Amino acid sequence: MAEILRYEHVGISYNGFPAVKDVSFALQEGDILGIVGESGSGKSSLIRAAMGLLGPAGTVTRGDIIYKGYNLPDLSEKDRRKVNGPELGMIFQNAGSSFCPIRKVGVQLYESVIAHEPMAKDVFEKKAVDLLQKIGFDDGSRILGSYPFELSGGMQQRVAIAASMLLGPAVILADEPTSALDVYVQKQVVEELLMMRRTFGTSIILVTHNIGVVGAMADRVLVLKDGKTVEYGETQQILHAPGMPYTRALMAAVPRLRRA
Amino acid sequence: MEAVLQVKNLSKTFARKGRPDVRAVEGVSFSLLKGECLGIIGESGSGKTTLVNMITRLLDSDDGQILLNGKDITRARGRELREAYREMQMIFQSPAESFDPRRTLGDGIGESLRNSGMAAGQVRQKTAELLQTCGLTDGFAGRFPHEVSGGQCQRAAIARALAIDPSVLICDEATSALDVTIQQEILHLLNDLRRQKKDSLSILFICHDIALVQQFCDRVLVMYQGRIVEEGLPDDVIRSPRHPYTQRLIDSIL
Repeated sequence: MAEILRYEHVGISYNGFPAVKDVSFALQEGDILGIVGESGSGKSSLIRAAMGLLGPAGTVTRGDIIYKGYNLPDLSEKDRRKVNGPELGMIFQNAGSSFCPIRKVGVQLYESVIAHEPMAKDVFEKKAVDLLQKIGFDDGSRILGSYPFELSGGMQQRVAIAASMLLGPAVILADEPTSALDVYVQKQVVEELLMMRRTFGTSIILVTHNIGVVGAMADRVLVLKDGKTVEYGETQQILHAPGMPYTRALMAAVPRLRRA
Repeated sequence: MEAVLQVKNLSKTFARKGRPDVRAVEGVSFSLLKGECLGIIGESGSGKTTLVNMITRLLDSDDGQILLNGKDITRARGRELREAYREMQMIFQSPAESFDPRRTLGDGIGESLRNSGMAAGQVRQKTAELLQTCGLTDGFAGRFPHEVSGGQCQRAAIARALAIDPSVLICDEATSALDVTIQQEILHLLNDLRRQKKDSLSILFICHDIALVQQFCDRVLVMYQGRIVEEGLPDDVIRSPRHPYTQRLIDSIL
């Protein structure tokens, strides 16, 4: 398996205050990496750095984020356009609020596609309906003709997953993609993301505080605390035989359902 | 067992212009027993919060009856309602938002004590004691909500709820906004309080995490589309759910 994305000794600061300190990991092709930690541990900053979404206050102060030979934090605005979307896709926690509320979903998806590659409207529609069908929407054209507020939170999130897949990125960065959803819908979204990987071989970095979601999806897990790596390894090992006291405390705090 | 809180046939319908009405809560009845911790679970939109808002009288009910320690508070107003709040206190989901941002935590915690005529010096002393009970130092009384973490703020909210020694504590997703480690700390605190107060404190615990309810509650009600579809001991409900919705809920847990 080839390596597709590599973080080398990455440090991130906001207005001079360090949020992430010396974090390194590598993402293999078709792999799912889960990043877990408490609020404020720097997990979102890590993936936002790859997309150049740290905002005016945030900067990558140390290290490199290497994707296909590019160092992502150094990309120019113009090169970033070529990478964000077609190469790296992003899914946010509250996808509903990343849509414009007064325009139909289909128009917005079309706009995001033609910003990167020219495509006729009917070609786009066919492609979008196909993709929506793959993730279980039988009436894709109705979804495309809906306003965001006409879709439930779970449907918005699933549409956002489809939107990020339209440009066929090699890596999906998902920031708490299921945290705002009910458990039933959460399970659907998890299954869709896994289906994306099976079908397209997409690699995924999954940032979440939900250990259950990580256990169901991730091949490897990175545990963060106060911006530092606590533990990094195979999911089974981290979840069931954690080596570090902090990981043990974290796993012990997760409420687990006793079924028997 | 004696019931401290009885809810009979409570209903609420929200009218919407040009669209069908939403029947948020429909004919819900249950009793909270003395010293009991009763959980209510259900997905978003199932009517949990509407139900709680009616019980705490933040929202008027369309139909039904609420009895607190045998007294009908369904339409209580003014002095009568203030009396009810001496027996029933709330802990909300977002701790920081439930405090006045321009006043200190100590002000918020001591408010009910001042309102009941306690002298300033006594209020300060009692506030310090309450903070200690909830695992904070008395220095927190002088801090503002934005100066403390979410977990510390929720501890202060519990101290505020306990100030006038209520017999019913209503927690609406009180731990849902917190990290799992902090969530466990808050649950330990609530468990300690239950052990100390025994039968003089009953808790209504609204939560969407069934694993948490299993860990913390004596009995659980499952809400779905505004109705209670199942009731029982958490272990029994989880092992052999009777309603298809409960089954689906349990199957979805990862």
